[in-house]
Amino acid sequence: MIRILGIETSCDETAAAVVLDGRVVLSSIVASQIDLHAQYGGIFPEVASRAHIETIYPVIREAMEVAHLGWDDLDGVAVTCGPGLAGSLLVGVNVAKGLALGRGLPLVGINHLEAHLYATWLTEDADRVAFPLLGLIVSGGHTELVMMRGHGDYERLGATIDDAAGEAFDKVGRLLGLPYPGGPAIQESARRGNPDSFRFPRAWMDGGLNFSFSGLKTAVLRQVQELRPPLPIEDLAASFQAAVVEVLASKTARAAAETDASTVVLAGGVSANQALRQAVKAASDRPVLIPPIEYCTDNAAMIAACGYWRYQAGERAGWDLDIDPGQRLG
Amino acid sequence: MIPDQPARYYTILGGESQAAAGQRLARPTGRSIILIEGDHSMPILDNQTLDFVSNSADQTERLGVRLGELVRPADLICLEGELGSGKTCLARGISRGWGSVRSATSPTFSLIQEYPRASDGQRLFHIDCYRLQGPADALAIGLEDVLDCHGVVMIEWPERILSILPPDRLWVTLRWVADSKRGLCFEANGQRTQELLAAFRRSAFGVR
Repeated sequence: MIRILGIETSCDETAAAVVLDGRVVLSSIVASQIDLHAQYGGIFPEVASRAHIETIYPVIREAMEVAHLGWDDLDGVAVTCGPGLAGSLLVGVNVAKGLALGRGLPLVGINHLEAHLYATWLTEDADRVAFPLLGLIVSGGHTELVMMRGHGDYERLGATIDDAAGEAFDKVGRLLGLPYPGGPAIQESARRGNPDSFRFPRAWMDGGLNFSFSGLKTAVLRQVQELRPPLPIEDLAASFQAAVVEVLASKTARAAAETDASTVVLAGGVSANQALRQAVKAASDRPVLIPPIEYCTDNAAMIAACGYWRYQAGERAGWDLDIDPGQRLG
Repeated sequence: MIPDQPARYYTILGGESQAAAGQRLARPTGRSIILIEGDHSMPILDNQTLDFVSNSADQTERLGVRLGELVRPADLICLEGELGSGKTCLARGISRGWGSVRSATSPTFSLIQEYPRASDGQRLFHIDCYRLQGPADALAIGLEDVLDCHGVVMIEWPERILSILPPDRLWVTLRWVADSKRGLCFEANGQRTQELLAAFRRSAFGVR
């Protein structure tokens, strides 16, 4: 019975969680700063770094209380080292070091992108996960297709060359006057819109597995500038979402078909999008596993789950564990 | 007086440009224009300014590569322009020309992206102020440290944090012209960036 405390402070959320054997979530606390950021239409860094410092201890304490555990019940501490904003990552890494040093616990440094895939192990789908696994990680800062052949074994098949999918959602949301964050707002608005109203461009990247969403964003901007008010916001949102979803789903399906992938995992904050979930499932001929929404968006349970496998593999970080803001996977 | 899509490029010759040294928006007035046939539309306004229209994202990136080959540690390049005007595209070219192994992507979400160069360990920083409200935010994410560490720095949406930027900077203003065409105006604001702009002009256009 291995109990790992996970700590996550790479971007907007301050989170802590305790996970048993990399599978069972004993607690998962997320202090979201989205309300704080919403009024600024995005992350507000001064608030973000200060908020991490102010909330990290209460969040960890709550995670321990909800799990009904004392410090002596823990077997290790796992913390996000990257990618992310340096100042935010430092808060989590230094608190984790302090805890590990003070309590004599092993410490493991975790890649945030890798941890998104491990959210799959936190559900009943864990039994269906089979390697090689094709992961589509889509969030505000990332859009990556990754082949995972085993624990800790990654190959990057493709990634965005400009904007991440979640960034496109946020920027288009702002263009359309929708509230932050743009993802849920566009999804909601798109429900009432016609996705065929506007034919926005799909960047197929000469058949490769990379992505580009900058041109789509620009096309929506030009369309908005050409239209006379009132804007058909719901049709614009639906047409935009359809363009993003079509590219993500069909490239994922093609990557699965071209490789020996046994399962497809959809992860990251944008995988909360229902249209994307349906499209990826419909397009792929392999089993598609998608964690529940609370483990798709940033959380610390996925950090602890990933930490469990690293811990079991004998990995231990030294006290010189450093942040890596530009860390990649594969 | 700068046409958006001329079929030729223009060179403006004049001695009074030196008098405008130090002014950020040095614009020529009442000088003669000599037309030179060429592929690019490129009015050279004076020593501090270069303006041309790029016909494609590929061309914008290639010009970025030419500029990136010339940048030195501590050079500051500001990229101003609305959404979709080509800032990240130009930045990708600059980072490639400078020698980054990794291709630069949008830093909007991460705020600061760092690219190391394998050959000598030098660093290039790509910063995005789109989500920042002002200078206090920039200080909070560690911009001062970035500006002090002698790396090359590229900043998108720099107008939001103007008051804390060092004076000697290459200011690039990008504008949407047509579907694939973008206008790019380069303005040098100090001795080092004037040298950089002069070298870029020679390298990219073969003119002095």
